[in-house]
Amino acid sequence: MGDIREYQLVLADGEIFEGEGIGADPTDGIASGEVVFNTVLSGYQEVITDPSYAGQIITFTYPHIGNCGVNATDDEANRPHCRGVIIRDLARRHSNWRAEDHLDGFLRGHGVAGIAGIDTRRLTRHIRDSGAMPGAFGTADAASLQAAAQADPGTAGMDLVSVVTTDEPYTIGTGPRKVVAYDLGVKTTMLRHLGEMATVTVVPADTPAVEVLAVNPDGVFLSNGPGDPEEAGSIVTELPKLIGEVPIFGICLGHQVLSLALGGKTFKMKFGHHGGNVPVQDSRTGKVEITSQNHNFAVEVGSVPNVTETHVCLNDGALEGLVHNELPVFSVQYHPEAGPGPHDSRYLFDEFAELIDTHAGNGSLSGISAAAPSEGSA
Amino acid sequence: MPKRTDIESILIIGSGPIVIGQACEFDYSGTQACRVLKEEGFRVILANSNPATIMTDPDFADATYVEPLDVAVLEKIIEKEQPDAVLPTLGGQTGLNLAMELQEAGILDRLGVELIGADAEAIETAEDREKFKVAMLEIGLEVARSGIAHDMDEARRVVQQVGLPIIIRPAYILGGRGTGMAHTMEEFEKVAAYGIECSPIDEILIEESIAGWKEDELEVMRDNADNCVIICSIENFDPMGVHTGDSITVAPAQTLTDVEYQQMRDASFACIRRVGVETGGSNVQWAVHPDNGRQVIIEMNPRVSRSSALASKATGFPIAKIAAKLAVGYTLDEIPNDITKKTPASFEPSIDYVVTKIPRWAFEKFPGTSGVLGTSMQSVGEVMAIGRTFPESLQKALRSLEQGRHGLNGDAGEVAFDELDDASLLSAAAIATPDRPFQLEALLRRGVSIDKVYEATGVDPWFLDQMLMITEERAHLEEIGMAGINRRGWKRAKQLGFSDAQLAYLWKTDEATVRAGRLAEGVKTTFKTVDTCAAEFEATTPYHYSTYEDTDEVRPGENERVIILGSGPNRIGQGIEFDYCCVHASFALRDAGYETVMVNCNPETVSTDYDTSDRLYFEPLTYEDVMDVIASEDPLGVIVSLGGQTPLKLADRLPPELVLGTSPASIDLAEDREQWNALCARLEIPQPAGGTAVNIEQALEITARIDYPALVRPSYVLGGRAMEIVYDDDHLTRAMAELAGFGSLGKEGGLSAERPVLVDRFLEDATEVDVDAIRDHTGAKVIGAVMEHVEEAGVHSGDSACSIPPNRLSDETVAVIEDYTFKIADALKVKGLINVQYAVKANQVFVIEANPRASRTVPFVAKATGVPLAKVASRVMVGATLEELRVEGLLRDPVEGDHIAVKEAVLPFNRFPEADAVLGPEMRSTGEVMGIDLTPGLAFVKSQLSAGTQLPEAGTIFMSLADRDKAVGITAAEIFADLGFSIAATSGTAATLREAGIHVAVDVAKLDEVAGVDAVQLIQDGKVQMVINSPRGRGSRTDGEHIRSAAGLANVALLTTGAAAVAAANGMRDWQTHPLAVRSLQEYHAGVSASALGGS
Repeated sequence: MGDIREYQLVLADGEIFEGEGIGADPTDGIASGEVVFNTVLSGYQEVITDPSYAGQIITFTYPHIGNCGVNATDDEANRPHCRGVIIRDLARRHSNWRAEDHLDGFLRGHGVAGIAGIDTRRLTRHIRDSGAMPGAFGTADAASLQAAAQADPGTAGMDLVSVVTTDEPYTIGTGPRKVVAYDLGVKTTMLRHLGEMATVTVVPADTPAVEVLAVNPDGVFLSNGPGDPEEAGSIVTELPKLIGEVPIFGICLGHQVLSLALGGKTFKMKFGHHGGNVPVQDSRTGKVEITSQNHNFAVEVGSVPNVTETHVCLNDGALEGLVHNELPVFSVQYHPEAGPGPHDSRYLFDEFAELIDTHAGNGSLSGISAAAPSEGSA
Repeated sequence: MPKRTDIESILIIGSGPIVIGQACEFDYSGTQACRVLKEEGFRVILANSNPATIMTDPDFADATYVEPLDVAVLEKIIEKEQPDAVLPTLGGQTGLNLAMELQEAGILDRLGVELIGADAEAIETAEDREKFKVAMLEIGLEVARSGIAHDMDEARRVVQQVGLPIIIRPAYILGGRGTGMAHTMEEFEKVAAYGIECSPIDEILIEESIAGWKEDELEVMRDNADNCVIICSIENFDPMGVHTGDSITVAPAQTLTDVEYQQMRDASFACIRRVGVETGGSNVQWAVHPDNGRQVIIEMNPRVSRSSALASKATGFPIAKIAAKLAVGYTLDEIPNDITKKTPASFEPSIDYVVTKIPRWAFEKFPGTSGVLGTSMQSVGEVMAIGRTFPESLQKALRSLEQGRHGLNGDAGEVAFDELDDASLLSAAAIATPDRPFQLEALLRRGVSIDKVYEATGVDPWFLDQMLMITEERAHLEEIGMAGINRRGWKRAKQLGFSDAQLAYLWKTDEATVRAGRLAEGVKTTFKTVDTCAAEFEATTPYHYSTYEDTDEVRPGENERVIILGSGPNRIGQGIEFDYCCVHASFALRDAGYETVMVNCNPETVSTDYDTSDRLYFEPLTYEDVMDVIASEDPLGVIVSLGGQTPLKLADRLPPELVLGTSPASIDLAEDREQWNALCARLEIPQPAGGTAVNIEQALEITARIDYPALVRPSYVLGGRAMEIVYDDDHLTRAMAELAGFGSLGKEGGLSAERPVLVDRFLEDATEVDVDAIRDHTGAKVIGAVMEHVEEAGVHSGDSACSIPPNRLSDETVAVIEDYTFKIADALKVKGLINVQYAVKANQVFVIEANPRASRTVPFVAKATGVPLAKVASRVMVGATLEELRVEGLLRDPVEGDHIAVKEAVLPFNRFPEADAVLGPEMRSTGEVMGIDLTPGLAFVKSQLSAGTQLPEAGTIFMSLADRDKAVGITAAEIFADLGFSIAATSGTAATLREAGIHVAVDVAKLDEVAGVDAVQLIQDGKVQMVINSPRGRGSRTDGEHIRSAAGLANVALLTTGAAAVAAANGMRDWQTHPLAVRSLQEYHAGVSASALGGS
């Protein structure tokens, strides 16, 4: 017990929490970022490696984290992009046949700082009531930590996509179709699913539309990613050149930039949706999907012209999905690939495949309808 | 889809008496269902033979049938009530099996009744092991290798293919009866034969053993739009091989990666869809290979189960309530989440704490049993505890068990394993027993490695390491002492679940000093909320648990608050009856404008439903935890007298001004032998001669004075724990040695001047009488009921049948009993309930004992008389007078009518084949049923039928009676002969009967006799339809034991007292001459006259 690093976590509004350091030592003794909470009960490794958390510190509401260790297969990116993790209790000893390392070693190895021993329920309630806000933790005194928290830019108005996107295009998957995927911060599980239906060329976020069209793709995919969609770079201005030319499927940030490109509005939510238990209803069938979600920004209900809003969050009425009324374009706010999370919505990848096939088959520009989708497979 | 409008009335089948494998959880689920369906405007018809349940309160259904759960009886109810639908999925295995029988008998089709929730095909697919296996293979799920057999030849063929070790599981059984493991062919022969015996359809499954694998369960809900959600995942602490009902279980699952969890989730949905449970909750059990993650489906319950009750309490998601709504057509998204109000029920709860469930066993009640846990469930109750981490919840759960332990060792009980060396302790821990968690901690404390312990026991290394954290903290605490601890140190120890009592033990000081020291450092309990969503949404539901964190979430009360202390885990002697009383108190006090605060740790109960009280604290019932709730609530007072001995034991230590009702001083007075004797003498109420002893010399002095037989019992225990009738000095010496030793009783307090043994003259052949009464603070009193026991004094009151009204006592005797009861209530200044027990011999009334608290019979009295005793008593405790309550309408006169209600005990001997199935002064029943009808005989027969004893209508009755029972035996035999039965008897009994002119057709040989037919053979051959065998008072019991055990195995009706034989004989006569009639409690409470009795 000799090497306990006594830390404090201080939010921008001055709330102070006591804990102890885990993972890497923060650079300059202070880790800062926008503090959000995630309510998943399993899948901490996937959450920590999800690039959408760039700029953020992740609070896990479930108290025991690290029980299963970490393994190479479950990474959602080649390294974590989050600014830190806040947990109640880090497992000293993990136990799972798939484990290759323990979480603490993983965090240290990737330079991610963390704080444990926190009353995460108090913190979660505070964020729920006051909204997501920057925070800072480390060995520094409370005043320095608060100053650091206040100095943190948060995520609104931030272009974080350029930080996480791939530098060079690469190809993945062996499926029969040809898809170009914009990497706005893409998760590995997403590419695994796309790769089953298509041969996927993953391109940097700032790839011009003309270059995409030059390879004559069957479809274009817009990935998830971190930060404010209005600051996501050139993608919003490039997208209008692709819409109508080729079937498009967007997820999460991809859904948001697509909505902006179609003329919709986005806004920053109070504390967002981060978890694996969010009920979303498909308004065409009435069926409910339990979804995996991770977003702080959302598309305003009713703001996107000429689309049918196909999916709605039953918890708060947030817009979760839309289909263009004329063009082969659809998108969802949640994560059908689910890494981590329930597999209820994986049928959307099949719908993308069908949309591509229909589009290729009849040459028509309206491959997907606002009517009932095909039977999902779960 | 909205509510169905094509059905108007629904029959709910309850689960009957509390038995091992089926406890209060089905009262909880049934009560929720009744409530919801009534609110939705359906006419609710309920059938349940268990009078101690909340669900059988006449307020909860439109027509409540406390009748035997038997197909013929249910057919009558359906004919009479003509429900549109039957909801079979909320009454446990009993409800499900009965629904299947109704379906197979064509009754539902004939009467046009629909099964809702799960149809017959779904039930069969899930319950029939072969069909289930085929169905699962069909959808690509892995099952353990197995085969089905109906006889031993077939069984031997199957085992060749499957290979040892194997598990045997009989079809259509509940709680795993007859299930067993075999590692050798010899074991296989035995286990397979018993398994075939136990299955009502002579069918067993022989299965590859997956013992030692990890075990997980998922609670699934599905609606008629095919939306599926998981409510809770549960991981067993004990690996495969221990019945899940006997396992320590933890929610949520701790050692599954998301990839594995989602695979299990997908497969569980595939399972519920393939089985075809269209709406409602199901429980799917999985085995996971620890080294390669291979997932094998074990079974699925197509109904609300024990695990669903646990999952409901663990998450705050009311599975039974939602299941009932889904059954009548709603979809999950149409139902609001009660807790958040704003979000729908179509989601998956997320929790931010850890829940641990630990079963409670009663092996001490059944001498001869091994105490080893296996695939057949043996526990009688369970506790659940909530903590922010596993160590905290584990230690809270262990102290909730009330077995004298204050946590995971670190208390006086930990010395139990000191004598074992490491190797012996390790091999002891390898066998699952109730001691296992303590053994594991002791091993870790000795420095045995986690890997070694894991290898021997299969308990996952993550759990072991969490235990090791407790162990290391303990060492640190011992090292620094109380003087060396600072605020962070206190908090760390408390966060790991250490109780003040453990710290006091470790620091060799007392609990008060620890508590004071801790509070002085500002380290106090914080209460968090169970909210289904890990705080993502605001919750108003006041369901709390204690932990040691930064902030507390309890909202201040607005009105005067009353804390009701519950009864903790079910155990023999203290079960659902006391939960009934606590729940009634909460209802009555809420109605009267108080805020009610429930404290309890039993996840099966209605009391721990979050909407029973204004606030629920899911907490251990220890001094420390209760004082923390008191500090949080600042209540008007605390009710300690409705939850059995659990809260009563705390009464002395609580602030006296807060104890509502009868004062702790009076409670002591009734228990303290000297004071009690003086009180009886002053009141001139006769008692059997007796005295108190703390050692054998004193006991022998007493028996020298009063003579044998004598009744020996410890004070301050419930359920006749360790009570015995002794017939000579040797016997007395043995009994005293057991009481003085640090045995099972030692855990409950031991023997001391404060807790002496009571030695009384035992009145043979006396009639025992129980009285429940209420007295208010003005001295006004009311008798609840006078109950006459069927069995003579000497059989524990909890194990004997009893009748309201009495049918053998004279009016004069009843008047004397009422008068004594009032005098005692006045003398004890009772404010609330009092229960007094009497023995009546030759018209003289002796008082045996008085208890100024709620008794086990309170709900039975309420159902029989219509008087809500517990509600009245709780109001009296907060100051109302009986007069006021009469004016208000709460206190009513007992209903007029000619009905007779008989309560019968239900015994678990089928679970403990090694134990002798005989009644005695130590209570061993797990539950009770009520028979109600218009003659004592009919009521008795119904009570027997409800308890599972089908009295025969023709055939042979085998009688073997002790000398003292021979006289009543003649009375019974005369009636049997009249009814056309032929009689078989052992020599002595046969001689007595022949002397009385009764024809004995078969002479049966006793063990040591040569002449006559062998008793056991006779029973095994099915030549006997009923056995009446009363044990000899003294001497060898082997003879009777063989007969009783044979009757048990052959499932032949068995009565073990002469009194019960006479009651049965009278009943069988009435049964033959009257048509079966069913009447609801609502009818009885409106008054039914004897003229309603049909027949000749």
